[in-house]
Amino acid sequence: MKIFVCIKQVPDTETKIKITPDLKGIDSAGIKWVINPYDEYAIEEALKLRESQPGSQVWVLTVGPKSRANDSLRTALAMGADEAIVINADGLDSFATAKALAEVIRTEGGAQVIFSGKLAIDDNAASVPQMMAEFLNIPHTTVVSKFHLAAENIVVERDTEGGSKEVVQMMAPAVVAANKGLNLPRYASLPGIMKAKKKTIKEIEYSTLNLPAADQKVSYTGMTLPAEKPAVKMITGDSVAQVSELVKMLRDEAKVL
Amino acid sequence: MGKILVFAEHTNGKLKRSSIELLHAGFNSGNEVAAVVFGTHGDDIVSALNQNGASEVHILKDGALDSYNPELYATNLISIIGKIQPAIILASASSVGKDLFPKIAARLNTGIASDCVSLNISGDNVTATKPMYSGKAIATVNFENSPIKIVLMRANQLPIESIDGAKSSKVVEHSLVASDLRTMIKEIVKGTSEKLDLTEANIIVSGGRGLKEASGFQMLNDLADVLGATVGASRAVVDSGWVGHGMQVGQTGKTVAPSLYIAVGISGAIQHLAGMSGSKVIVAINSDANAPIFQKATYGIVGDAFEIIPKLTEEFKKALHN
Ligand SMILES: Cc1cc2nc3c(=O)[nH]c(=O)nc-3n(C[C@H](O)[C@H](O)[C@H](O)COP(=O)(O)OP(=O)(O)OC[C@H]3O[C@@H](n4cnc5c(N)ncnc54)[C@H](O)[C@@H]3O)c2cc1C
Repeated sequence: MKIFVCIKQVPDTETKIKITPDLKGIDSAGIKWVINPYDEYAIEEALKLRESQPGSQVWVLTVGPKSRANDSLRTALAMGADEAIVINADGLDSFATAKALAEVIRTEGGAQVIFSGKLAIDDNAASVPQMMAEFLNIPHTTVVSKFHLAAENIVVERDTEGGSKEVVQMMAPAVVAANKGLNLPRYASLPGIMKAKKKTIKEIEYSTLNLPAADQKVSYTGMTLPAEKPAVKMITGDSVAQVSELVKMLRDEAKVL
Repeated sequence: MGKILVFAEHTNGKLKRSSIELLHAGFNSGNEVAAVVFGTHGDDIVSALNQNGASEVHILKDGALDSYNPELYATNLISIIGKIQPAIILASASSVGKDLFPKIAARLNTGIASDCVSLNISGDNVTATKPMYSGKAIATVNFENSPIKIVLMRANQLPIESIDGAKSSKVVEHSLVASDLRTMIKEIVKGTSEKLDLTEANIIVSGGRGLKEASGFQMLNDLADVLGATVGASRAVVDSGWVGHGMQVGQTGKTVAPSLYIAVGISGAIQHLAGMSGSKVIVAINSDANAPIFQKATYGIVGDAFEIIPKLTEEFKKALHN
């Protein structure tokens, strides 16, 4: 069985963000890039599935500038993935990304299960998994915290609102977008890292996919830093004075009660 | 000028506040607003939609849509979109909205702006802004190559003012288009909480490791009850198993934007701030005057949560009774 995992490289949360002079993006110099945290759950679940299904293979796939995106693929290989593919492109939106991923998954022979994270923490779009499923004409479930494959059926738990869950059954193949809680991602082992170094990453130029330029549907402009918050007002005194002052402030000054 | 389709969500027939926000934004833009409602509800939802600005109400009242199924929802909504032919679609960045609309955008070969916090509609054009990089930047989203522009808005971002929307409206009843389903909802396990979801809550009381143990959350629940608030948590306490992960706020939890966020015994790690720094007013209660949370807070109290919170609960009770 073939299992695909779609991952994205994102700036580490601790990284300082600098906006480019054209206000359309961020300066990638000096940024620490990591695998999107939700994608780590996706990789782990794919590896677990492979372990339970002898003869299976895990392929990781990413869209990004290969010069850096390859690092995230190496990490996934070091965790245990079998094969890795990068679609070399920069600045694609969710729609164009999903189309490219679907195209490559199709030409690589398809998959029984395709995992991804439920969203990427850079633009929080939460769109690529559903779009990719639509382009492949297969079902999807997002925000998944439990996964089980039984013959042709994929049974997952989807986290919804207010702590509720849905148990969803899909006919394979399907796209499964991981939430936190699905598993605990493993660390790459030293032998894994050594092995990953020797593997070749397949590189596909986005332009060779011949996808329409009109796949680009949204663009970002006018990027700004968020407005500075005014300095905190510390409320002092004994606890009785503090709580009464706080309630007064919330009611009369902030007007949120 | 094209129509604006608002996908109106409801809980047991009561319109969600987030949907009312969208209806008002549509109405205030001067465009005609067509609301679409799925599932079982009472007839009064039509007048609620009218009063909030919809001049056209499209109803698909069918029990099959009481729970969310991506395939069934997509097929039926796309069929209704075909009839309405809107220029713009507004929906909430809710559990359903976030799952459904990217699929719809893909099928309609059009663009989507998700997780937005402001909206600028002018005729058939719309731009929206959204936080990026964990709230470290704000960007304007522009559409291109998009016959229909789909915008998903976070809750509690748009004003609800009284509007003069109570004109009569056209009501169109649609019937279910069955589709060949490869997705089946086997079971719905209801959460224990009757409260609003964190992503929609107007007030959130959140607890961290400073509460010492799981039982420390009892006093937060009491405080939340008085305020009508939803309780959230830091990852540290979720990972310790004190509370369920549906309650986690932050980078790998929920992104929230209430009017009031009260952080109790939470240090303010960047991954936590990533999920709540969009809150209008932030109150931090922490025993350590140097805790980073104070740098993001509107009001700060240095003190022991176990001493402050019960007193604060009593004080709110008094204030809210007057
Ligand atoms: C990839 C990644 C993703 C992450 N995602 C998230 C996320 O989504 N959400 C999240 O929250 N974290 C996230 N984290 C974890 C984050 O880095 C912090 O570890 C976590 O937020 C700390 O939780 P805390 O504030 O409850 O605990 P601590 O940092 O231990 O802080 C406890 C605070 O309680 C105070 N305190 C102690 N006793 C009292 C008392 N009696 N009264 C009042 N105050 C008291 C202390 O002064 C301290 O400030 C993530 C980390 C990583 C690496």
